[in-house]
Amino acid sequence: MPAPAMSPGARPRRSRVRVSRVLAVVVAGLLGGAAEASAHVSGSAAAAPGLIYLIVVGATIVLSLIAGAYFIGQTLTEKPWLPVPGKVVHLHDGRASSLPSATLGLRVFLAVVAVVFSLLVAAYAERMAFPDWRPLPEPWLLWPNTAVLILSSIALQWARVSARRGQDEGAKLGLLAGGVFAFAFLAGQLLAWQQLRATGYFAAANPANSFFYLITALHGLHLLGGLVAWGLTTAKLWRGVEVFRVQASVELCAVYWHFLLVVWVVLFGLLLIT
Amino acid sequence: MVVALILVLVAVGSVAFHLLSPWWWTPIASNWSYIDHTIIITFWITGVVFVAIILFMAYCVFRYRYRKDRRAEYEPENKKMEWWLTGLTSVGVAAMLAPGLFVWNQFVSVPEDAAKIEVVGEQWQWSFRYPGKDGVLGTTDPRNITPENPFGLNPNDPKGQDDVLVQGPEARLPLDKPVKVLLRAKDVLHDFYVPQFRAKMDLVPGMITYFWITPTRTGTFDVLCAELCGLGHHVMRGKVVVEPESEFQAWLQEQPTFAQSLARAGTGTPDINLASSEGGSEPLERLLK
Amino acid sequence: MAHAAHAETAYVPPAEVPDVELYHPKTFLGKYIWCQDAKVIAIQYAITATAIGLVALVLSWLMRLQLGFPESFSFIDESSYYQFITMHGMIMVIYLLTALFLGGFGNYLIPLMVGARDMVFPYVNMLSYWVYLAAVLVLVASFFAPGGPTGAGWTLYPPQAILQGTPGSGWGIILMLASLALFIIGFTMGGLNYVVTVLQARTRGMTLLRMPLTVWGIFVATILALLAFPALFVGSVMMMLDRLLGTSFFMPAIVEMGERLQYNGGSPLLFQHLFWFFGHPEVYIVALPAFGIVSDLISTHARRNIFGYRMMVWAIVAIGGLSFIVWAHHMYVSGMNPYFGFFFATTTLIIAVPTALKVYNWVLTLWRGNIHLTLPMLFSLAFIITFVNGGITGLFLGNVVVDVPLSDTMFVVAHFHMVMGVAPILVIFGAIYHWYPLITGRMLNEAMGRFHFWVTFLGAYAIYLPMHYLGFLGVPRRYYEMGETMFVPESAHFLNAGMSVVALIVGFAQMVFLFNLAWSAFKGREAGRNPWRATTLEWQTHESPPGHGNWGPALPVVYRWAYAYGVPGAAQDFVPQNLPPDRVATAADVDHEGVRGVAVQPAE
Ligand code: HEM
Ligand SMILES: [Cu+2]
Ligand SMILES: [Cu+2]
Repeated sequence: MPAPAMSPGARPRRSRVRVSRVLAVVVAGLLGGAAEASAHVSGSAAAAPGLIYLIVVGATIVLSLIAGAYFIGQTLTEKPWLPVPGKVVHLHDGRASSLPSATLGLRVFLAVVAVVFSLLVAAYAERMAFPDWRPLPEPWLLWPNTAVLILSSIALQWARVSARRGQDEGAKLGLLAGGVFAFAFLAGQLLAWQQLRATGYFAAANPANSFFYLITALHGLHLLGGLVAWGLTTAKLWRGVEVFRVQASVELCAVYWHFLLVVWVVLFGLLLIT
Repeated sequence: MVVALILVLVAVGSVAFHLLSPWWWTPIASNWSYIDHTIIITFWITGVVFVAIILFMAYCVFRYRYRKDRRAEYEPENKKMEWWLTGLTSVGVAAMLAPGLFVWNQFVSVPEDAAKIEVVGEQWQWSFRYPGKDGVLGTTDPRNITPENPFGLNPNDPKGQDDVLVQGPEARLPLDKPVKVLLRAKDVLHDFYVPQFRAKMDLVPGMITYFWITPTRTGTFDVLCAELCGLGHHVMRGKVVVEPESEFQAWLQEQPTFAQSLARAGTGTPDINLASSEGGSEPLERLLK
Repeated sequence: MAHAAHAETAYVPPAEVPDVELYHPKTFLGKYIWCQDAKVIAIQYAITATAIGLVALVLSWLMRLQLGFPESFSFIDESSYYQFITMHGMIMVIYLLTALFLGGFGNYLIPLMVGARDMVFPYVNMLSYWVYLAAVLVLVASFFAPGGPTGAGWTLYPPQAILQGTPGSGWGIILMLASLALFIIGFTMGGLNYVVTVLQARTRGMTLLRMPLTVWGIFVATILALLAFPALFVGSVMMMLDRLLGTSFFMPAIVEMGERLQYNGGSPLLFQHLFWFFGHPEVYIVALPAFGIVSDLISTHARRNIFGYRMMVWAIVAIGGLSFIVWAHHMYVSGMNPYFGFFFATTTLIIAVPTALKVYNWVLTLWRGNIHLTLPMLFSLAFIITFVNGGITGLFLGNVVVDVPLSDTMFVVAHFHMVMGVAPILVIFGAIYHWYPLITGRMLNEAMGRFHFWVTFLGAYAIYLPMHYLGFLGVPRRYYEMGETMFVPESAHFLNAGMSVVALIVGFAQMVFLFNLAWSAFKGREAGRNPWRATTLEWQTHESPPGHGNWGPALPVVYRWAYAYGVPGAAQDFVPQNLPPDRVATAADVDHEGVRGVAVQPAE
């Protein structure tokens, strides 16, 4: 039997679409779940809204896993013991997608973080149904803070695009602005805490307060972690490393920033409507 | 050969142990014999599968033990067989689940006419409350709990005045009458467990949980705590006496109502206090130092 | 072209997968301590997990002594007993089994089995181990903290976990929660590696469905862990705040010992939901790697392809998925809305179907095989028995009404020890006997191994089978002593004493095993290459034991699945995954020497 033609360059590319779609399913599913929860919250007459939501989270994970298994390995129906005449299966280069490993790693990590925040939302929804819940007035500072976080994301996006185009200056500026805005956001959050404490809304006084502090703290910590990566990248660029060598890092930072922005918007929305 | 034999012995031995074991459930004293039946069904179905799998394994180990001149059969899969196995397993599982859910439906449907009794748990003792003449349990709140009012009854709730309080580890239940057992904890999780009743349920502070039973046999039964609740978990004991209705009523009459106990507390002779109650067993005091 | 095997394509050039940038150790410390080679990290994980696991083992002896001979040991009082239980359970489940299966076996086997040079993020991988070690140290520190470790049970249920009536409610619980948080962070670092390595670093020809089931099991278990641990993390953080700041996430209004506490309105059940949202998948985090590994052991030692490979893969994925919607079967009597019982009983029993299929396929792999009764095979057989036994009692506990009388009794203890204690540990032993030659180049001593096997298997079975019947009788779990009752007969005390004696004997057998591990490393018989004549890649490395970078100059190329045992027409009864098709019928040189170099120098 003639060996099928195979040139080393003939890597199947289509798998890329699949994987990103799967991850989109996972993330969107989890965040979509969050929207679901807020629906429960507004009509909170339902018994055990958090528990139902938790089931939704669980079910989403089930579906994502099964969908993921299907998409990632459309080969899952392959009969691996049969030879595959005429198919370039041996040229399969071992990758589920052509994404760089770091990008894929980040996406998996984002899925984990999404679960963390989804569970917090579930807990929030469940705890809210108890009679001692007294909603707390959102400090007005959260609005400007949100705006600053958006600016930060935009700046990083700018850095990302510049880095892709190999524009050294743009990347530097974008990164710098993004970092400054991120720090400003964190400072703003601390100020918001200050405001709340000054008006007597202590963490232990009411579960609504406790959740507010917990959620903002966890979100802030994630941003702080991102700032570490941001610092390393920026330092490199400043030390004169060429832009294309840090392009991958810039990409990752930008994606992470956008993700944290989405998380923040969801959480802020949750705080607002309750 | 030896290995196959030992496998067979494990299967046979397990069944023999099951049949000969002197340790088995206590004679039932409630209406939940349905639960016992479901267990028996489950035992039969799973027991057959267990023995069949091990015996088949023993057979394979014996029949297909290594021989130099033989090769294993190369058979990646057998769709038909797998479908059959899936189908049969599903049938078996359904045969256990269906009666299970059927009985659970009864378990969650408390009869309308069920009498009520409240069980209160705290580290590490039980106390009990009956609704009194009006048949309604008065409201409670942890904020009301004081040495004079250990149940935390609402003093202003008229429905609570006639509630009968039993501040000791012994409860009584009338024979053949459905009761809804309401459960309340003052401090941590506990679990009201009477092996002969089969039913049990956690007590959760901040919530009122429940289950229902109809006692079907007179006698005195141990109450155990079945949810780890701290150092004295294993000494958190009580008793339930099931007796005919008339004797039960006579006993109930002798117990103080909430109004009476408050009055007595007012005269400076609280008959309800932690240290003197029967719950204060000796090991418990040691734990409390 | 006599047979299908020949129809596979002929020579294929090795992959152009860009090699992972390899980390090259320069100093002794860099090679063995601050090492980024997954194989070394695996050993580090394994040693640490075993060390802390030994602590848990000793604790179990102390507990058994107390249960078998109550009132004989004055140094075991109520508080220490409850502390022993808690630490034993937590260590066994998290710090031993999870760490050993994923951090130990995962690190060692994933890169080798998929044909990668290392994990994709070696530095993060190394960090993962050090964070894990920190978690273990914090856990150990709690033994020495004022008040001792927490005694809240491994489930750490609030309110009791942070109240005075429970031992270790001060430092103990705080350190426990901190240690768990660290563990989760460390695991996440490792977990990202395992997942991405499987997805992105497989060698040429290694399609997903050509991966050995070991990799499938560890891969899916890692995904479960990544998605389930966040629940424990969130729960731990919230409980920590309740403990330290006095928030009321889980704490309702409480009157403890006559004193009203400041808490108000919280929900203890919320913690239970979070805990079990993690806790149930955790069972499968331990079980799925065991499923995968045992499949490979059975196939290799029965010289037969695993029966129904695709079904095995689908079942792993299905079980993994379903495990996220069954958690509340641990809460049937927790006081949650009883109507949830219908849902969770149904989902739980549905999981039994794919699980049962896996069991059938293991047994059907033996059928018409050519079975070598080697130590790994013996452990696999024992695994099937204990797993079936424990799975069956799972059907009891999952079926909500049946659970009502049995929950929180010794039946539950017997069940989970059978299914997630004994069964996976038997697989771990089998796996160590199987892969020890790969790691050290020497075989483990057979006589000691057989002694270890029979004592461990029969002993553990003799402990846990009768224990179920104590549960039927109504003996609750987590009891320091049974004390006076009207329903526990005298004979039960003899039974308890007997179980304790057997537990000590089983414990002794583990010492023999540890001795064997040490002794054979120096005195064991030389294993040679591929002593089990296995098909999978880890046995086909350039050097043996595999060296740094795993593969010598070029990566292997994979031509077939991992289960080509007994292929008709092949020269040997096994065809390594990387043996070029044109050599299958003639490869008489594929002997105990393996097929070294076939990927490098193909057609001769
Ligand atoms: C020779 C081996 C072992 C012996 C003798 C042993 C013995 C015990 C005993 C006596 C208890 C306390 C039961 C009670 O009164 O509630 C217990 C609890 C427990 N064991 Fe083991 N065990 C062993 C191995 C394992 C393994 C391998 C695991 C891993 C899954 C494990 C997990 C647990 C867990 C999770 C608990 C529950 C702790 C709690 O109630 O909070 N054990 N074990
Ligand atoms: Cu208790
Ligand atoms: Cu479970």
